[in-house]
Order: sequence, then C-alpha cells, then structure tokens
Amino acid sequence: MLELKHLTQRFGDQLALDDLSFSIEKGELVSLLGPSGCGKTTTIRLIAGFLKPTRGSVWIGGRDVTSLPPELRHAGIVFQSYALFPHLDVFENVAFGLRAAKVPRHLLETRVRRALELVNLKGYDQRAIFELSGGEQQRVAIARAVAVEPQILLLDEPLSNLDASLRERTRKQLRELIDSLGITTLFVTHDQEEAFALSDRIVLLSKGKCQQMGTARELYDHPANDFVARFIGKSNIFELKFKGFGEDCLIFEWPSGRELRLRQSANRQLTTGQSYKILVRPERIEFERKPGYAHLLRAKVVNRRYAGAWSEWELEGEGIVILALRTSQHPSGTPEEVGQVEIYAPPYTLQIL
Amino acid sequence: MILAPRWLSTSATSVRIRSNLILYAIVLVVLLWLVFYPNAFIFIQSFVRAGQWTLSNYREFFSTASELEALWNSLWISLWSVLLSALIGTPLAFLFHRFDFPGRAIFAALASLPVLLPPLVGVISFLFLYGESGIFTRGLQHWLGWKEPLFSLRGAGAILFVHAYTMYVYFYLFVSAGLKRFDFTLIEAARSLGASPVRAFYSVTLRQLTPSLAGASLLTFMTSMASFSAPYIFGGGTRVLALQIYNSKLNGDLEMALVETVILTLASIVVLALLQRYEGVSKYRAAGKGGLQPLTVVTHPAKRFLAGATGVLAVLFLLLPHLTLILISFAKDGTWTMEILPPQYTLENYTRLLSSSQFLEPVINSLQMATLATLANFVFAMLAGYLVVRQRVPGRMLLSSLILLPWALPGTVLALSLASTFNRQEIWQARVVLVGTYWLLPLAYFIRNIPVVVRAVQASFEQFDTSLDEAARSLGGSWFYSMRRVVLPMVLPGALAGSMLAFVAALGEFVTSIVIYTIHNRPISIEILAQLRQFNFGSAAAYGVFLVVLIGAVFVISERYLSETGLAREKLAQ
Repeated sequence: MLELKHLTQRFGDQLALDDLSFSIEKGELVSLLGPSGCGKTTTIRLIAGFLKPTRGSVWIGGRDVTSLPPELRHAGIVFQSYALFPHLDVFENVAFGLRAAKVPRHLLETRVRRALELVNLKGYDQRAIFELSGGEQQRVAIARAVAVEPQILLLDEPLSNLDASLRERTRKQLRELIDSLGITTLFVTHDQEEAFALSDRIVLLSKGKCQQMGTARELYDHPANDFVARFIGKSNIFELKFKGFGEDCLIFEWPSGRELRLRQSANRQLTTGQSYKILVRPERIEFERKPGYAHLLRAKVVNRRYAGAWSEWELEGEGIVILALRTSQHPSGTPEEVGQVEIYAPPYTLQIL
Repeated sequence: MILAPRWLSTSATSVRIRSNLILYAIVLVVLLWLVFYPNAFIFIQSFVRAGQWTLSNYREFFSTASELEALWNSLWISLWSVLLSALIGTPLAFLFHRFDFPGRAIFAALASLPVLLPPLVGVISFLFLYGESGIFTRGLQHWLGWKEPLFSLRGAGAILFVHAYTMYVYFYLFVSAGLKRFDFTLIEAARSLGASPVRAFYSVTLRQLTPSLAGASLLTFMTSMASFSAPYIFGGGTRVLALQIYNSKLNGDLEMALVETVILTLASIVVLALLQRYEGVSKYRAAGKGGLQPLTVVTHPAKRFLAGATGVLAVLFLLLPHLTLILISFAKDGTWTMEILPPQYTLENYTRLLSSSQFLEPVINSLQMATLATLANFVFAMLAGYLVVRQRVPGRMLLSSLILLPWALPGTVLALSLASTFNRQEIWQARVVLVGTYWLLPLAYFIRNIPVVVRAVQASFEQFDTSLDEAARSLGGSWFYSMRRVVLPMVLPGALAGSMLAFVAALGEFVTSIVIYTIHNRPISIEILAQLRQFNFGSAAAYGVFLVVLIGAVFVISERYLSETGLAREKLAQ
C-alpha cells in the first residue's frame, strides 16, 4: 500500500535521510521507531508531501506520488501537536477535509458524526477546541484524519502529549480503532514500548538510515547490529576476540586471556583473530550452571537494586560492567555478603553481532 | 526532529509560483515607488543647487552655527528623553506588574493612558496645564502670591518634560509585556544557585528584559528625533532638526530643507540599525515552558501605603492633562484670560462641532483619509507579510528594510520628500502631481503606517503554526482552500490590530499633515491648531477630546475583539 524507494533527503550538507526503503502492506500497522533526530519526522513529511525528496520516490496504492502536492495524496495525518484549527469547532474540524472534497451536505453530516462516534466523541460537535482535554483533542485529530477515508494513516507521535496513565489506555483504543478501520498505518514514535505494543512490524531508524526492519520479536531476539541491541531493551555487549572453532563449540578470548566456550553454531561467518561484539540480554544471565550453559566469567557484585518483580544486579568482571536481571526471590544480603558470583548463559542466548 | 527549512516544505505548483510572483511585483513596486524613490530623490536633490551638482548645500549646513545647534539639540534631547522615559516607565511597570496592592489593576490600566493622546493633543493639554498661563502655573503663582509665574514651560527643558510624559509609555508597555511572558523559574534558579536578589535582578531579570528595553529605547529615540509638536509649541526658539526642516521650507530655502532632511534621516537610521540588534534577539527568549509567578502581595502596612500612594500620585499626574483637556473643552471660547480656571462653561463647543458643517468638516476629512489609508495598509500588509514570512522570496532582506524604512523617517521628512517628488508631472521620472490634491495626505498616512501594520501581520504569520496549514493540505484542501479557511482566519486578528493602530495614528496625525495639507482635506489636528491660534481654547480642546474618545473607542473595540479570538489560541497553547 505504501512503498518508499531509496528515499534520500538532504538539508544543505546535512543528510537527514539516507537511502530509506521499506513497504507496508494493506491493513498493516508499522512503527517507525528511533531516537530524536533520526529522520522520523522527515520521513513522514516526505510521505505526506510537505517535502520533496532529494532522491527516491514515494508510492501510495501502487501510484508514484512523489511529485503530487499533499492534497492529492490521500494520506491522513495526526500531527504531534494535533494541529487542530483553533478557530473552528469540533464539527468543523472534522468536516474540514470533507468540505474541501465538496462532499454533499447530507452526506457530510453523517460522515462527521460517524467519525466522531468512532473516537467516542458523540455530542462534542459544537465544542470549541480549547475546551477539550489533551486526550479529547487527540481523538478529534484522529477523527479528522480518518473522516476523509484516506488510503494511509500517518501518526506522528500522537501519544507523546498525553500523560502516562492516559497514554496506555489510548494506545489500546488506538490499536482497536485502526484494526476496526483496517487502514494501513505508519506510526512514528521514539518510545520502544509503544512500538512493541502497537505494531505488526517495526522499522528502526537511526541517523537517517534503516537499521533493521522486522517484528518486535525479531528486533529483540535477533538485533542486526549493536545499535539495535542497545536501543531495544537492556543489553550487555562485550567485545571478544574469536580464537577458533572447538569441538562443537566456538572459542572466544577475554582480554585477560581466559577462554569463553560457546556451545552453539555461529549465526554468522567468523574469522579467527578478529574481535566480535557479543550480546547477552540481562534477563538471560544465570548464576547456576546447568548442562550446556556457557560459563561467562566470575564477577564481583557491585550493586543490587530491588525493582519490584525484578532485581537488578550490577556486576563487574574482566574490566567490564554487566547487568543482570533476576526474579526477586533470589538470596538476600548486601553485595559484600554475596561477594563473588559465577555467571552463566544458556546456549543460543548469546548473539554474535 | 530535523526541521526542514520552510522554503523546502512548500510544494510548489506553477499557479502558485505565478501568483506569488505577481504579489511580489506589486509589493516591490509600491515600496520602491512610494518609499524608496521619494527619499532617493531628495537625497540626490540635496546635492544640487541651481541645476549644478555641488556639495555647497552640505558645506552651508556644516558652517552654519544654528544648523549644527539644531543637530546637536535633536541628539541630546532624544538621548535624555530615552533616559527619562526609562526612569519613569520601567519602575512603574515593575510596581504595577510585579506587586499586588489595593488599586493595582486600575493603576496598571491608567498608566498606559498617554497612548490615547495624539501628539498635538498631548502638547496642547500641557499648554493649558503647565504653560505660562496654564492652570497649574497660575494656581501655584496665586497660592504663593507671586507677581510673575514661577516657571515658564519653554525651551529644551519643556520639550524634555513633554517627551518624558508622553514617551515613558513605551517603556511602561514594553517592560510590562516583557514581565508578562517572563519565565520566573529563571529567577528561582538564579536564587537557588546562590545569587542575591540584587544579583538575580541584574543578571537575570534585566538580561531577560533586554529586548523590551532595547525596543522601547529605540521607539523613544526615534519618536523624539522626529518630535515636531513639542518643539513647535514649547520650543521657544530651541532649534531641533525636525522643526528646522519645516521652517526652512516655509522660508523657501528648499536646498537647506533637503540637507536637513537627509541628515535627520541618516541620524535616525544609524540609531535604528544600532539598536535593532538587541530587539527580539532569540537567545533572550525563554526556552522553557515558563513559570508565571503570581504577583508579590505587598503585606507590610507601611509599604502597602507607600505603593498605593505612589500609584495614586503617578496616576493623578498622568491623568491631569486628560482632565484638563476635558475641562477646557467646556470653556466658552474667548472668556478664559487671566483666571486660574476658565470662568464660563458651555456645551456650545460640542454642539457646534456636531451641528455646523464647517466645524464638522475636519472630522469628516480625518475619518475619510484615515479609513482610506488604513484599508490600503491592510491589503498591502497582508501581501507583504505573507511574502516575507511564508515565502523565502529572493530579496527578502531588501523587502524587510524597505518596509521598516518609513518608521525611521520623521513625519516632516516624509512630508518633504513626498512634496518634492510628487509636485510635477514627469511620467518617465515616475513623478505625478499630487501636491495640492486631496490624495497626497492619505498617501502619506499610508506610507507612515506601513511598518506598524506589516509588522503586526508578520508577527501573526510567524506565530501561525505551519502544521495547521499542513493539516489542511493533507486533508485534501488546495493551497487556496487552506489559505481561505485556515491561514487568513488565523492571521486576521493580528492584521486587524495593526490596522487599528494605523487608523488611530492617521486620525490624529499632525506632523506630516502640517506640511502637506490643503484647504480641502484639512484634518482635525490642523483645525485644533487653527482654533488655538484664534484663542478658541474651548473649541480646540473639544476637538482634542473628540479625538481622544474616538481613539479610546477604537482601542476598546479592538481589545475586546482581539482578546476573544486571542483567548482561544492562548488556551490551546497551554
């Protein structure tokens, strides 16, 4: 439904977007995730037609729309600031696009009412925009965008202006709404949790480049590089030298010269003598050896933080700091009392990046 | 997020480029022909004597003691006016906008009253009050039992007094506005970092208010350099450039008038350029969301009394000229001679003003010309503001400076340049005869008010959230549709506010009018002067009151209208 081909955007000598390509199937909800300044907003503006790409093209519904003005692209947008027209009431805001499309009056009214009902704002027609709460404004913005029945829906951080408790509830409602409309949606956010909760697939963007595209699970379990690993969830990444292949295991070497034997096949090509980044998620770290587990290292307990269901352990060994997450039933005592621990990891929980 | 430069964000269709080009051409032609050309023309003419290129005009200026004196006087009087106005206006703004005590709100509103006095009206009410035979002067003389009046309001001191009284308002309004959007968490931050209150005031408050202070200084200095009415009425032989131009022209020494004009213009522009750097510098703008602090409530009884008393005294002093004007407007013409207060009162001055067509004529003239000029200002400002802010057109800087130029031009300068450019029909020189016609004066009003209206429109366009336009476009609205239904309705309040100011200024205009009015378009201000010359003080004051009331009404209406539409936006922004 939406396809970006080699989109590149330059502002002066700044490269805001670098050869970005991806496509979204009909009815799919894809999140565009990344830290601020990564090119998310640029992408959405390119799709909407507020920017002309330096290179590349935008396709909507199988049509090249790169040279079309915004009003001919049929992309509904929910702006981060909502961009509701303050001089018009709720009804007129929602009716705006329909009036522009010269929808006959009797149809217009029913379509506006339907859109308002969809977002649970029945009876709000005559309200002025400034009388609405943030959440209501957000829903008007959504109603306004979907009232014109756009081919794609672009949501630019629509939840970022809501407070935390409202955000979670709105997120759920938003997903339900989009599902019921069956509309193809691109959702821009910097919040990983939001992207995970909402989307079918995620495009992770950094410095104008697509770092990885996939489902939430793929991004978490099989990050394509250390940026993805660090950005998604918590991670421990160490850089180890590859010593060679042992008997049904891979042998790496710690800076101290100690060996790390991983009983797993390589998920990528390895060259002896070269250093590799190895990722292990904090919740995968074990303190007891079980068959097949790799012995990572021996570490000193530096700090422990109780965080409800979990405890966070800060460990130090081989000159690096390692984070471990354990369920809270683990042995109590101060770090000094616990002293040293051996750290293990089950097979295939270590990723060679 | 990476913000795109605005010119990249607009997708251009050929229709729009063409319509923009036409707009651009119109705006540029108006500015070049009406603003730039007359000034360039008199600049060039100032180097001509008897058809020959020469520097002798300037040589004469710089070798004549009285001319140099005028230049020197203009400069030092203006600097002192800035200083005095700042010393009155700034503390008042702090007192009324930082502290709470009984009567504060009323004082705060009344303190901006001098805005309502058109220059000439302000000056004549001073004349009635503090002049040699003024109410205050005579009253004091009588009370002390002296034969001679204690002082006479004449000369440079008198000019300064009038300037300080009328121009402190700039500081008062600018600083008040600055305090209203001031982020008081900054002071809290400074205090928590160990700064004393004095240090916090000096290093945070004053710095934050720099744009306000610079803007007010600029406005005061320019107004003061251009000031004509005060020296004209109270100068008593004190030469200043703005007056000198008028006198030279009256004496038929056009070459000298041109040189004086050029020098006054240059001096004004230099200061404008110097001070403009500080005005609206973005680094001074608060970056955060801001914390508006409630006013400090004054609780100590003695301090409370002191604050209240200061307020009462200040406001009384500020109100006296208005009250005097109202009082004199009921005085029977020709009866007030040696008494402290006018002995006989009548409603005649007002009834005559409304019933006699001869007396009503100047009022109709002023209303007509101000309306014409303001309509033109409105249309022009919408075009120019749109071009300057929304479109990165080539030559934007040129456009902006041409738009600002009339602001740097004293009224006498503008009048003289128009009078010397449009006095001959030479189409190939782009000169047409307007001198002696009805049209020259409304044209002058239009030119004088270009900056104020364009700036207001510009500010509206700048505040306008471009995502609203984008939202309209993404909902399928064409450029014209978005313009009509979103951009214009949002920009209109600002444009109307600016137009109101222009209308008010045109209504009471005196300085330009006195140079180029004709018998057919005599405006109110000229009529006031004429009545004054015939010692018809009552009639003169009645015209003055009429002007003030009209101006007040315009302010009240626009304030109400604007606060209603502005409210929605403000609430939304929170």
